[in-house]
Amino acid sequence: MSASTSHITSSTSPVVSAKGLRKVFGTLTVVDDIDFTIPRGKCFGFLGPNGAGKTTTLRMLLGLSPMTAGELTIFGQPVSPKTRERMGVVPQLDNLDPDFSVIENLELYASYFRIPRVEASVRIERLLRFTALSEKRYAKTETLSGGMKRRLTIARALINEPELVVLDEPTTGLDPQVRHAIWSRLNDLRAQGTTLILTTHYMEEAERLCDELVIMDHGRILDHGTPRALIKRHVEAEVIEIRSETAKGLVLEDLPECRVEDLGTSLYCYTHHAAPLIQHLQDSPGVVFMHRPAGLEDVFLTLTGRELRD
Amino acid sequence: MNDWRLPSAGLGALVVLRRNVLVWRKLIGPALVFNFGEPILYLLGLGLGLGSFIGNMGEMPYLTFLASGLIASSAMTTASFEGTYSVFTRMIPQRTYEAILATPLEVDDILAGEMLWCGVKSLISAVAILVVASLLGVVASWNALWTLPIAFLIGLCFAGPAIVMSSIVSNYDFFSFYSVLVITPMFILSGVFYPIETMPTLLQTIVQVLPLSHAVALVRPLVANQVLIQPLLHVAVLLVYTVIGYYLAVVLVRRRLIV
Ligand SMILES: Nc1ncnc2c1ncn2[C@@H]1O[C@H](COP(=O)(O)OP(=O)(O)OP(=O)(O)O)[C@@H](O)[C@H]1O
Ligand SMILES: [Mg+2]
Repeated sequence: MSASTSHITSSTSPVVSAKGLRKVFGTLTVVDDIDFTIPRGKCFGFLGPNGAGKTTTLRMLLGLSPMTAGELTIFGQPVSPKTRERMGVVPQLDNLDPDFSVIENLELYASYFRIPRVEASVRIERLLRFTALSEKRYAKTETLSGGMKRRLTIARALINEPELVVLDEPTTGLDPQVRHAIWSRLNDLRAQGTTLILTTHYMEEAERLCDELVIMDHGRILDHGTPRALIKRHVEAEVIEIRSETAKGLVLEDLPECRVEDLGTSLYCYTHHAAPLIQHLQDSPGVVFMHRPAGLEDVFLTLTGRELRD
Repeated sequence: MNDWRLPSAGLGALVVLRRNVLVWRKLIGPALVFNFGEPILYLLGLGLGLGSFIGNMGEMPYLTFLASGLIASSAMTTASFEGTYSVFTRMIPQRTYEAILATPLEVDDILAGEMLWCGVKSLISAVAILVVASLLGVVASWNALWTLPIAFLIGLCFAGPAIVMSSIVSNYDFFSFYSVLVITPMFILSGVFYPIETMPTLLQTIVQVLPLSHAVALVRPLVANQVLIQPLLHVAVLLVYTVIGYYLAVVLVRRRLIV
């Protein structure tokens, strides 16, 4: 009886729950009273400009950074080595062990989790196939390309068959092929019921992968929801981008039914009815423009502003 | 505050130790050349050369005197090198600890593993010197094998302060200060090359607070097959340095990494 109730609570209760989570470095408040809950089996994203506090938040989930204030539970427990036992981590910067080969890196990591050798080698074979690294098993990590290193880091994060995988910018700096390959692996994981937490600067990545996300800036959560809901809430349905150098002859006030944002190289015109605007632009000689549906990037820019960070 | 809580290392320490053993095994050739080459140079060069002028020192042939001193000092320098350059490399530029800390292991386990590894390396250096010294015929009896666990303890004793250094420096250059201001003076003044009793009293008192003189006081009689004087005191000093060193190292590495 009690076993079955605890099973029910564990499968429906959130994997991560944070209330009033706060991190202060000296006088700098880096994470400022944020609340979030991450449901089991979902992919949850943290979006935000450089320095928003994403990595710091993830480090608190891992116990690598003590929180200044707030409540934080993972699997319903406070953060501890026990919670890390059930988590996998892909850090922002690769930290593979350069003294070892690909397969040795995985064996070593398995030993940190005290996974028995035989079991570990079964998992390693599977993970090498999963990340398409079987051919590279004896390669030294320094000889791997950036994409291979990242895939190895992902394989390493999965060695303990984690229920929750934390990925800090998993595809930053990788070519499109690798990025797509990683997205498809992450989708597979989520399909198997693994909960994913992801930070990213790529809006496409967030739109494709995240069931829910928060947009952070200056340590605060600006909004929270599904990608669709966020787009609907913050921007008009359609966008027309006009190349600035071709827009000389346009009088912005004359553009029909739209809100114009100047991004330097382009003018972004947000609108619910694109047809009159398109007509107007087609009648203006030399104007180069592009029509597309609004996306997360528009939400991101609207919420976090356009000035440079750092 | 929380950084000061008492450490509690578990079996994870052995996993970290195993990691370092595996790396060492890959480079065993150069490592052993160094382990054997250094004592051969010292014992042949200094020991035979100087020894022919000096004859006996401390009621034993000079070569025995020097070999026993070198077992202690080499255990010190081996652990100090490992605890500074190697530990710093793994902690900061290589970010190996960051990777390990994403697993159930904690700083406490990692540093316990590192200290054990320093002990093992010191033991290996002692084996090398003992082998060379035996071949030169200056080891008096099988009792000399007792120097091996002592060398392990000397390694633990010097590992702590070295790791403390690693936890506070910003780059490798600072290790020269530690070497020049701490390790080298101890090496020269702690009775490795000549008896402490020949030095001014003040210097003798200072040297007796430092661990290397106690290490020498344990190793030398074992190699020369003489009676140990106050062995428990010497072991206790090395143990106290080990325990305090480990504790401070854990606190400071927590401060550096868990931020
Ligand atoms: N140990 C530290 N001491 C002082 N300030 C820090 C420390 N770590 C991070 N910060 C500051 O905290 C802020 C948030 O950093 P964090 O790394 O969490 O941002 P981020 O959202 O991950 O950014 P990025 O997208 O660039 O990775 C930054 O201003 C950073 O300079
Ligand atoms: Mg970051």
